[in-house]
Amino acid sequence: MDIDILTNFFFMAVIAATPLLFGTLGEILTQKSGSINLGVEGMMFMGASIGLSASYFYEFYAGDGTIGYIALGLAVIFGFLAGALGGFIYSVLTVTFRANQNVTGLALTIFGIGVGNLIGDLLSTHAHGFTSSTEATRRVVANVGIPFLRDIPILGRMLFSYNMMVYFAIIMALLLMWFLNKTRVGLNLRAVGESPSTADAVGINVTKYKYLAASIGGGICGLGGMVISMVDNSGTWVFNCVAGRGWIAVALVIFAAWKPSRAIFGAILFGGLSVLRLYFPLDGVPAQVYDIVPYAATIFALVLTSIRKSKESAQPKACGTNYFREER
Amino acid sequence: MNNSAVKMVNISKSFGTVQANKNVSLEFKRGEILALLGENGSGKTTLMNMLSGIYYQDSGEVFVDGEEVVISSPKDAFDLGIGMIHQHFKLVDVLTAAENIILGLKGSVTINRGKLASEIREISQKYGFALDPNKKVYDMSVSEKQKVEIVKVLYRGADMLILDEPTAVLTPQESDVLFEMLRKMKESGKAVVIITHKLQEVLFVSDRVAILRRGELVAEMNTEDATIKSLTEGMVGRKVDLAIKREEPHFGEEKLIVKDLTCLNVEGHKALNDVSFSLRAGEILGVAGIAGSGQRELCESITGLYPVENGSIIYTENDVQNELRGLTPSEIIKKGISLAFVPEDRLGMGLVAGLDMVDNMMLKSYNIEKGMLVNRKRPKRIAEMLIKALDIVTPGVSTPVRRLSGGNVQKVLLGREINSEPSVLIVAYPVRGLDINSSYTIYNLLNEQRKKGVAVMYIGEDLDVLLELCDRIMVLCNGAVSGIVDATKATKEQIGFLMTSD
Repeated sequence: MDIDILTNFFFMAVIAATPLLFGTLGEILTQKSGSINLGVEGMMFMGASIGLSASYFYEFYAGDGTIGYIALGLAVIFGFLAGALGGFIYSVLTVTFRANQNVTGLALTIFGIGVGNLIGDLLSTHAHGFTSSTEATRRVVANVGIPFLRDIPILGRMLFSYNMMVYFAIIMALLLMWFLNKTRVGLNLRAVGESPSTADAVGINVTKYKYLAASIGGGICGLGGMVISMVDNSGTWVFNCVAGRGWIAVALVIFAAWKPSRAIFGAILFGGLSVLRLYFPLDGVPAQVYDIVPYAATIFALVLTSIRKSKESAQPKACGTNYFREER
Repeated sequence: MNNSAVKMVNISKSFGTVQANKNVSLEFKRGEILALLGENGSGKTTLMNMLSGIYYQDSGEVFVDGEEVVISSPKDAFDLGIGMIHQHFKLVDVLTAAENIILGLKGSVTINRGKLASEIREISQKYGFALDPNKKVYDMSVSEKQKVEIVKVLYRGADMLILDEPTAVLTPQESDVLFEMLRKMKESGKAVVIITHKLQEVLFVSDRVAILRRGELVAEMNTEDATIKSLTEGMVGRKVDLAIKREEPHFGEEKLIVKDLTCLNVEGHKALNDVSFSLRAGEILGVAGIAGSGQRELCESITGLYPVENGSIIYTENDVQNELRGLTPSEIIKKGISLAFVPEDRLGMGLVAGLDMVDNMMLKSYNIEKGMLVNRKRPKRIAEMLIKALDIVTPGVSTPVRRLSGGNVQKVLLGREINSEPSVLIVAYPVRGLDINSSYTIYNLLNEQRKKGVAVMYIGEDLDVLLELCDRIMVLCNGAVSGIVDATKATKEQIGFLMTSD
């Protein structure tokens, strides 16, 4: 088989993996605090539409003077804030009002999809047709890679020729890994997720940790959505653009055993499955069969991981239950 | 020098309509071990939880070193040098000892694990025990976990240690080690409080004893002036006969013969290893052992709830032998074998917490009734009969059992099982969490069954009770039988030794 096809396949797998990786990392952070937020899909929609809006209106008012970095920067900030708002709503409902976590997450998904498509359609109307990034912004989100390194044969294409959001996602994963395993705050967070009463008894502010983890985690999920609208779709709002990737991210959290390092590989694997059809077409196999593959693999991964018996790579114990101190 | 560490004055606390503490005034001194004695529900733990910041008093003041303080969170307590070791350990399983110890503490952004480990070793050596800082909590025995809790408190610089029922889960030998540690802490000038309802250990380890009854402080004395009798009367409020009546045994046929029983746990290790014993009609066989030595697997494999790897379980009825191995509970019932099991987890496995007494009675019989609809008349009669016979305190037969107190829940469960007139009765930790009176009601019920010729297997933890109640005691250690002794002749030390001998 042609080596170019393989390297191209890997390249596209990584591109497809980036939104998944953001979603997975955000949900890992959230679940580490003992909250299982099933609203990833919704938060990604919110990040996708609001991140895009920020960039679109900046470009609209800046006109020819648009600076691409500012457009992307605003998309990053507002995409994050939109997702964080979703995570914050989730925290208010589950931590303060002790609503059921699963129901709240599902509601957040429905809410987020609605908000995302509404805002997206309003943008399209405002743009008289469809939105599109300006040339300046497109140059910033293009897969320019790292100078010199990208010229290395094969490896250069596979590792050093991506857009900056890809590297941002990888750095985020490494940062989260360091935070969870090496820092005091990370240790406290894990304690909150495993046993909030223990954390409470040693003076850790459980409520604060849960709010911050779910909000920042939601923000990271929002970045995943923003990557879809701003990078993958070049600033064009495509109806239902997140298309279930939030759910795959939730499954990837389990697949990755709540470890950011494994999330990188999991995301690339699932990213690869979602672009399989373009690189390895088989005669007579309809496109729909390929479309099924990531979801079938998700189910397969969930079954496999649920029979795993490790105490370490298991869901934080407090996930799904809300904490209330005076409960006797 | 004033050696008063902490003083509580006129403390009251209620939960809804329940008055947990009423005008309690108590002083804790440095260099002293105080025993806080009382039955379950007498408010001992609630009182101490107000010092550790879990609860806040409705009225009353707390003084530390003579100054009035407000303890509104566990952090406040730590800052004042008050550390509490809870009965249910507050540890995170997937973290190491060291990680649990520094949880929630301020300091550098990242953790200096080398320095931390040496600090932990230093503390544990000072009080004469060993602790591996890098061991994960889920790999630890109960006594190791307790040591982590103690170091956690000491590492935070506590001057006052409160231990809630510290020996409830320890072997006699482990308890002795703990008492030795506590004495060393006392000598180094710390104020130590142990919350307990075990009279022997009060006399053995404490310097002063305070007794709570129904939330009120009823007596306070120096331990040297106290006797078992005076302590009990203080606790219960009236004279109690503490002896369990053991009548002459009338042993019948061997009801249950277990041979080479082996079970695996989830990890594939042997939870039960070649267990062999017999259980006769008219006898109470005690089962002793450290928690998690295979007691649960033993009960559940006999009752058809746990897969058996090897061995046989023979049940005999009128000289007819039945192999129980491999049968499900419903197959056992279909064979007409009356096996009753009172599990450790009363509201999880024994009863359905959200259902009322009638429905819980029905769980035992609904499937033998004919027709599609259920008949509540008979179970209702049984429920009403049990309430009368066992003095069950409940608003009525239609109150969900979860609203009942621990002792009453146990009476409902044990009553239901006994009502099915079993020939083999297996009870696991039936008095755990029960007060003295309820405990004795349960012992008497078991003795009645023994007299009726039922074969009783009693999984227990209090060795004094096992020795008084049982005919023979089988000791489990790491899933294997380390000895079967005659309870009328054996000593506590002998059993304690068997519990830890591999």
